[in-house]
Amino acid sequence: MQEPTDAESKCLVHYIKPGDIEHGGSASAQIKAELSRLGVSAADARRAGIIAFEGEINLIVYSDGGGTITVCVSEACIEILFKDDGPGIEDIDLALTPGFSTAPLWATDLGFGAGMGLINMQMNADRFEIHSHLGEGTSIRCLLERREDDASGNC
Amino acid sequence: MTLQEIAERLDLEILTTGVDLDRSVSGGYCGDLLSNVLAAAGAGSLWITIQHHVNVIGVAQVAGLGGVLLAAGVQPLPSVVERAEEGGVPLLRSSRSAFELAGSLYPLLH
Repeated sequence: MQEPTDAESKCLVHYIKPGDIEHGGSASAQIKAELSRLGVSAADARRAGIIAFEGEINLIVYSDGGGTITVCVSEACIEILFKDDGPGIEDIDLALTPGFSTAPLWATDLGFGAGMGLINMQMNADRFEIHSHLGEGTSIRCLLERREDDASGNC
Repeated sequence: MTLQEIAERLDLEILTTGVDLDRSVSGGYCGDLLSNVLAAAGAGSLWITIQHHVNVIGVAQVAGLGGVLLAAGVQPLPSVVERAEEGGVPLLRSSRSAFELAGSLYPLLH
């Protein structure tokens, strides 16, 4: 994990290795703990943790060369950015269809590949953006408005 | 009801050491699809599952679950128990099926 990059918005970057299912969830648990340490409410840290977990598993299962999870926290927002360099998603609408999955058998045996991961990310985010091109890669940006009383919640 | 009390009432084997069981359990959830558990299990719930690999611990951590109860006698690897202990996730076990465990847990929480 890198140190925060600027004073206004604290950012943390995790690199996720492709195929490293043995460590699946480790980065997400660290992200959730770090957000709590930074004063994010339990409910917001939970939403962020679930988003991070789904994105982390996607990077492990689907990306060719791994990817990064960047989490930035400001007074009002939590931004979680997932980025990889391929293979990319052929049909984003189809990928966002509940129940659709291209997970390999080894992943479904472990209880992944229910076709719910991207949906869970959408449901826990206040804003969800996905961009993908075959052969180039995928980026997903999830924005959470902090909902605790002392946060402005206006991203 | 605390997890310790539930463990005693349901005669559960406690796999983790050094993880606090004196925590209140708010509900229960049964499921073996991890994303479904993330979507539907409430924080503080006891999760009953036959999945017993290391990623289960990550799910319990990010979802803030009250603990993981492994059903049907499945046996996790020592590395899974270690990860649970490191993450502060109570890991319990029973030879009974998920159906039977859920049936026994339900009246304790309602």
